[in-house]
Amino acid sequence: MSTILSITDLRKSYADGFEALKGVSLDIQEGEILALLGPNGAGKTTLISTVCGITTATSGAVTVGGHSITTDFRAARSMIGLVPQEINLEPFETVLNTVRFSRGLFGKPRNDALLEDILKKLSLWDKRGNQIKELSGGMKRRVLIAKALSHEPRVLFLDEPSAGVDVELRKDMWEVVRELRESGVTIILTTHYIEEAEAMADRVGVIAKGEILLVEEKSDLMARMGQKELEVLLTDPIPAVPEGLKIHDLRLGEGGRSLIYTYDVKAERTGITTLLNDVAAAGLVLADVVTRQSSLEDIFVDLVSGEAA
Amino acid sequence: MNWIAVAAIYRFEMARFFRTLAQSFISPVLSTSLYFVVFGAAIGSRIDQVEGVSYGAFIVPGLIMLSVITQGISNASFGIYFPKFIGTMYELLSAPVNFLEIVLGYVGAAATKAMFIGVVILVTAHLFVDLTIQHPLAMVLFMVLTCVSFSLLGFIIGIWARNFEQLQLVPLLIVTPLIFLGGSFYSISMLPPVWQTITLFNPVVYLISGFRWSFFGMADVPVGLSLLAIAFFTSLCLVAIGWIFRTGWRLRS
Repeated sequence: MSTILSITDLRKSYADGFEALKGVSLDIQEGEILALLGPNGAGKTTLISTVCGITTATSGAVTVGGHSITTDFRAARSMIGLVPQEINLEPFETVLNTVRFSRGLFGKPRNDALLEDILKKLSLWDKRGNQIKELSGGMKRRVLIAKALSHEPRVLFLDEPSAGVDVELRKDMWEVVRELRESGVTIILTTHYIEEAEAMADRVGVIAKGEILLVEEKSDLMARMGQKELEVLLTDPIPAVPEGLKIHDLRLGEGGRSLIYTYDVKAERTGITTLLNDVAAAGLVLADVVTRQSSLEDIFVDLVSGEAA
Repeated sequence: MNWIAVAAIYRFEMARFFRTLAQSFISPVLSTSLYFVVFGAAIGSRIDQVEGVSYGAFIVPGLIMLSVITQGISNASFGIYFPKFIGTMYELLSAPVNFLEIVLGYVGAAATKAMFIGVVILVTAHLFVDLTIQHPLAMVLFMVLTCVSFSLLGFIIGIWARNFEQLQLVPLLIVTPLIFLGGSFYSISMLPPVWQTITLFNPVVYLISGFRWSFFGMADVPVGLSLLAIAFFTSLCLVAIGWIFRTGWRLRS
């Protein structure tokens, strides 16, 4: 896979001194789905706005398909489709005309068959003659997606696509996104919903306070999530892990009151039975047993709160 | 040039106009008729002729200019302010278009609408007074240039405005007085000598004078000067818009 979007040391400061992006570097591969997670005000929308040309960067470079967004902006921008977070649409225009306008604005010749196909996929075809103001919130969001798809982008930004959207539409949208990926479109989506990132993304990036904290294959993250911890609470504290238990990969809990065992849930043998037998053999008395599994959300919260500290 | 984008913007803007065609049509016809009743019949009957032209006919070029200028400004300023207000500006800024294409689309549509109103008023005026146009080509040229240049000004106002009040501010406080004091309803020669000199600093004087010349062959200032003035004003607006898009003033954060 080749790099389709390359962001190098991108910075954005505002007149009041606020730094929204603090040297973001990120390479996105053609055909992948990258989910960008981050709390409110992390810089997700600023990053997208800067790549799309809505906000001017203070410094740094961005190329789309090898075209610089500043010196070769026409070629770069015609490859990008943007579905913004806010529902911003001309209220008095019809659905079809609004979508047709977007295609024209991006310099693409009229293609009614393609627009019909897009509108049908998004269940908007029956509403094509309706004014935007007559549509529900979910329908309006579909129109935003249709507009972005109308000019056949190679890279699609979805900024919080599920915000305020019902479950049914969210599932429909995931389906559309998967189909787009199959047709070779690269997708970058920002989201608050970990579930959404888990369901769709190939890679997950975490952004906080204008910095990328992590970009990792989702499968690697899932592997990390596949790790489970078993904590054996003891009635009497011990100073160190007893000799007889050293064959197990154990850590001593706080104050020597517990033993913590990490294991892989997907492994054929977890080793729990042997461990518990050995614990009894070492003469330790169990008070309780607790298990824990980290989720993408835990990893995310850890990263972001670690950054805040 | 991304001509498809220019056409897309133009069509989208014209669609707004056609949605409210009845209002667009009725309001200029009604206001022109009112002007003719008040100025032409009531006051005009007491003013015999102005430089050999009946007063009713004399005010026609000024009336057309008044409407064309205000329509050009309000159409263009609203056209570009509305996307800012409802937030659809993001699409324009992220599209592969440059400032010239955006201006051509928006200003082209605004100027077309203003031109349409101008023609409607001209036709309405024909119902009230006898009109002969001595230089029809020059008349069309003056009208087109005025529509374009004031639509450009309106475009700048639309980008500058942060709210609907500001959108009205410049037309109300500056443009309307300039038009009324620019000889729309009188000849400059009717003024005392001091005011004749002061009036020459009003750019609208040159437009109305040139336009009136194309109708009746008489002018307050030489026609060449009128053309020069309008060319200068148009260039000034273009330079300002070029600067706005280069710096992203009030467009990009």
